[in-house]
Amino acid sequence: MINKLLIIIGIGGMLVILLPLVLNFQAAPNLSPLAQEYVRGSVNDLNSPNVVTSVVVTYRGLDTLGEVTVLFLATLGVGFLLQKRKMKSTKRAVSENIKTTSSFLVSLIMVLGVYIFTHGHLSPGGGFQGGVVIASGFLLLILSDLDFKISHSILRFVESISGIVYVVIGLVGLVLTIGFLNPALLPLGKYGDLFSGGAIPLIYSFIGLKVGSELTNIIATMGNDTSSETVVKGER
Amino acid sequence: MIETLVLGFILLLTGLYAMLSQKNIIKIILGFSIADTGVHIIIVSLGYLKGRRAPILDSAVNIANSVREVIDPIPSALVLTAIVIGLATTALMLVFAAEIYKRKASFSIDDYKELKW
Repeated sequence: MINKLLIIIGIGGMLVILLPLVLNFQAAPNLSPLAQEYVRGSVNDLNSPNVVTSVVVTYRGLDTLGEVTVLFLATLGVGFLLQKRKMKSTKRAVSENIKTTSSFLVSLIMVLGVYIFTHGHLSPGGGFQGGVVIASGFLLLILSDLDFKISHSILRFVESISGIVYVVIGLVGLVLTIGFLNPALLPLGKYGDLFSGGAIPLIYSFIGLKVGSELTNIIATMGNDTSSETVVKGER
Repeated sequence: MIETLVLGFILLLTGLYAMLSQKNIIKIILGFSIADTGVHIIIVSLGYLKGRRAPILDSAVNIANSVREVIDPIPSALVLTAIVIGLATTALMLVFAAEIYKRKASFSIDDYKELKW
């Protein structure tokens, strides 16, 4: 009873806090000065059509580095908590159709993922989206092929190399240009080309590899875990 | 856009209610996920400007006048970050739930009184 009352008070309090935000909401007629600066700078300074990518990779690049770190820590936590256990092979064999179709589809999914993260500065997409697509390809492999084993050491290698390269590109930007993670260390190229925008496609590709390998690692660790079979029955 | 803003707040409150009222750990995590989505929708709808395009300055947008033609890119970038972080934290929470389940074979928080006061 007290519990329900407290819940109602809590939700009601949140409602009271949030209601003025909705009632006083007025759509801004124009972009804020900061956003205008980003939109103009994305064309004039960075040569990158996708403004969101410019914000994520360059203007707020340090935040993205922090975000990648959070993702890395989460992967570390998942790997630490779910350590490898012996698998009990109680699963049925996979049908030939699923095996063939998925091995055909996986290559297409991988190509799509690479396309998305290399074209992050030109079209909607980028390293995070491309990385998730690549991880979904590996998920399809894990689900459809029972014998498929991902080498965790290769995943860790790819992940740490791309993380290191990301930071090194940032530091090179600090030395050669005006700031950390400034993409102007490479030639800016022609507006709208694949190789344009300085180091933006390079940085986003390494972010894509890092995110892809991290999420694949999480999926593979979760898939290996056989928690339901190793339960220790406790007293209740 | 006011409609999506209201939708976002409804999702946020629904998620909070689920987190507060449910006893099942998996349902609490689902509540967190719903509230997370609500926050994303709120942030994106704050940056939306009516009748404008996505902030990708290709041939569909008049580049010289781009400031008047595209929506605010900052909330989109923030949400891009928030979605990835939400995914990672949800995965971590689910793993914690799986570890807890191994102790007593139960997802109900009533069975875990060690931290209760």
